[in-house]
Amino acid sequence: MDAIFLQILNGLDKGAAYALIALGLTLVFGTLGIVNFAHGALFMLGAFCAVSFNKLLTISTKVEDKTVTLFKAYKEKPYLEIWFPDAGPVLIDFAIPLSILLAIPVMIFIGYAMERGLIKHFYKRPHAEQILVTFGLAIVIQEVIKAYFGANPIPQTAPDILAGSASVGSWIGLGESVVYPWWRLVYLVFSGVIIFGVFAFLQFTTYGMVVRAGMRDRETVGLLGINIEKRFTIVFAIATVVAGLAGVMYTPVLPPDYHMGMDFLVLSFVVVVVGGMGSLGGAVLAGFLLGIVQSFASMTEVKAILPGIDQIIIYLVAVVILLTLPRGLMGRAGVMDD
Amino acid sequence: MMNFTLNDTTRFLLFAAVILTMPIWLIPLGGGYPDLMQKFAIYGIFAIGFNILFGLTGYLSFGHAAFLGVGSYAAVWSFKLFTMNVIPAVLFGVLFAGLLAFIIGFLSLRRSGIYFSILTLAFAQMSYNLAYSVLTPVTYGETGLQLSQQDPRLIDNLFIEEVSTGLPSTTLFGIKMSGYSGFYFCAVILILCFFISMRIFRSPFGLMLKGIKSNQNRMKYTGLNTRPYMLTAFVISGMYAGLAGSLLAVTDPLAGAERMQWTASGEVVLMTILGGVGTLVGPMLGAGLIKYFENIFSGFDNNVLTNAFSFLPDSVAEVVVPVVGLFVGGGWHLTLGILFVVIVIYLPGGIVEGLSRLMAMLRKRERPVNGNMKPQDQPGE
Repeated sequence: MDAIFLQILNGLDKGAAYALIALGLTLVFGTLGIVNFAHGALFMLGAFCAVSFNKLLTISTKVEDKTVTLFKAYKEKPYLEIWFPDAGPVLIDFAIPLSILLAIPVMIFIGYAMERGLIKHFYKRPHAEQILVTFGLAIVIQEVIKAYFGANPIPQTAPDILAGSASVGSWIGLGESVVYPWWRLVYLVFSGVIIFGVFAFLQFTTYGMVVRAGMRDRETVGLLGINIEKRFTIVFAIATVVAGLAGVMYTPVLPPDYHMGMDFLVLSFVVVVVGGMGSLGGAVLAGFLLGIVQSFASMTEVKAILPGIDQIIIYLVAVVILLTLPRGLMGRAGVMDD
Repeated sequence: MMNFTLNDTTRFLLFAAVILTMPIWLIPLGGGYPDLMQKFAIYGIFAIGFNILFGLTGYLSFGHAAFLGVGSYAAVWSFKLFTMNVIPAVLFGVLFAGLLAFIIGFLSLRRSGIYFSILTLAFAQMSYNLAYSVLTPVTYGETGLQLSQQDPRLIDNLFIEEVSTGLPSTTLFGIKMSGYSGFYFCAVILILCFFISMRIFRSPFGLMLKGIKSNQNRMKYTGLNTRPYMLTAFVISGMYAGLAGSLLAVTDPLAGAERMQWTASGEVVLMTILGGVGTLVGPMLGAGLIKYFENIFSGFDNNVLTNAFSFLPDSVAEVVVPVVGLFVGGGWHLTLGILFVVIVIYLPGGIVEGLSRLMAMLRKRERPVNGNMKPQDQPGE
């Protein structure tokens, strides 16, 4: 029982990342009809926003190290700690959550520029060409990041207060052995908030209502005198922000490197297709589901029976679902029905 | 003005002549050495095969690298177990890639459009992950599959008594497959492949595939079961990829799983797009250009650049060299990505379309003609 519960928890955090990326992908697909292969790169850009912000906060200078008395020693000290001896270290400690503040405007800008500069010209083109152009864009983004930040992963740390593990087991009456890192709990809650926020925005605001109407029939909405294109641009920016924030918060879990976007993209696409093209709920559901399935498949007990199953389980599930349920778990009729 | 509507025989002869004289006309371009030309030929085969699927039917497969990888593995195993002769290796490569393509195609072709792309991608990633994990007894995982002194090589040992030192090299009945002989072996196979692809394009089967690309529903309404045709195209295309993979093993007898990664699938898509989808020579052109520039560009490093820009004043050169350095050497993929985006945006038909547009412009200047209307293809979605 303990082990099963632990595996579910372990699956949830990866599932949360899948769900957030897949949510953005579906949003873009449902509104703009674009198959965006560069979405993983946006996730990666978010992660590197956190890296840059962290670097920005810790710009250092050499100061004399007073603890060494035998000779003159110097050590690096961030300007922030020199200027604000009290608040500085705290700020630096909380660099990752704070970098959300940087990531939001940056991601909005990137999303807006990308949609207006490139994606806009591909609405009427076949899906194959959309896939190709966004794939090319993903390569470009990836290589630029590689040129600036190098090819090695850059580990980031969560704030000290969230460093340890929570004894989740004892909270709900299971064994003490069920522990779970605090940061991953935060990530889960955070992704829940974002998912809820996106749904609430679409469901309970007038703006969201118009967007949903546009997803159903953009021509009619356009004929009603609404500038649906502009709204869709903003939806694209929102999807970009969602992917970016998912990346920012994921950095303490997985040290960001330049190809993490591609790794997650392939899986997220599988998630979207399993959930059903164009179904937001399906994307979220499938994201968490596949995360948990993958986590179960990597248990040693399972691997002993079916070696290597953890490597292929997601693809296997995707193949089975696609061949049996042509529309995915929650796909609507009429959306990408072959 | 010359008439550019060639018939197929001259087209084929021209192609063969250009390929076989590559060692001569590539010398002034700095590419006239066998290793690079072998790559041209091999990736040409890969792209021509991919084009049979994507160009004729419009189904975009993102999993062709899996067939390339399987071809390589099969060929190396043939070297290890049976003989260093390349003929069985190539046959095994084609056979196993064809089998895998049959299985993957049988399942993936139930869906079309983006679902097909995702399914092929999923299968290819599955093969890649398997090659790295469970199948390590067969694939040797991260170290890659290599020849060794202890290999049984059953057939070779029957005929050859001598115990040679060092690893044996691949041969074609005694001719060593390295250097120019290796290139000509690949080139002959490439020309054969081109001929087969040309025959497929002109055959009723090829026309059927084009019909499926234009409008699959209409083809179905006429009472045609399209799936066997699609599957045949998929398997043929997979066999081409397997052939290319086994030739990679012929020129350099080792195989690694990274050949199966999906970026490798992306590369062949790019080659086909760059040259011209659905055209006969386009894929070969694209493959050649990409491999050529990859070779030239990735050879540049900062020293070469500093020399190249030494005519500039130092202050300017200090800015120019790092900026250009982003795009060459290790950053060659950046150039590739930009090229990819630009081609898809401005020239979806690739180089071949660009050339024919250029020809049309030249002709128009000579005598104005009526606007020519061409039937538009709609990809099978």
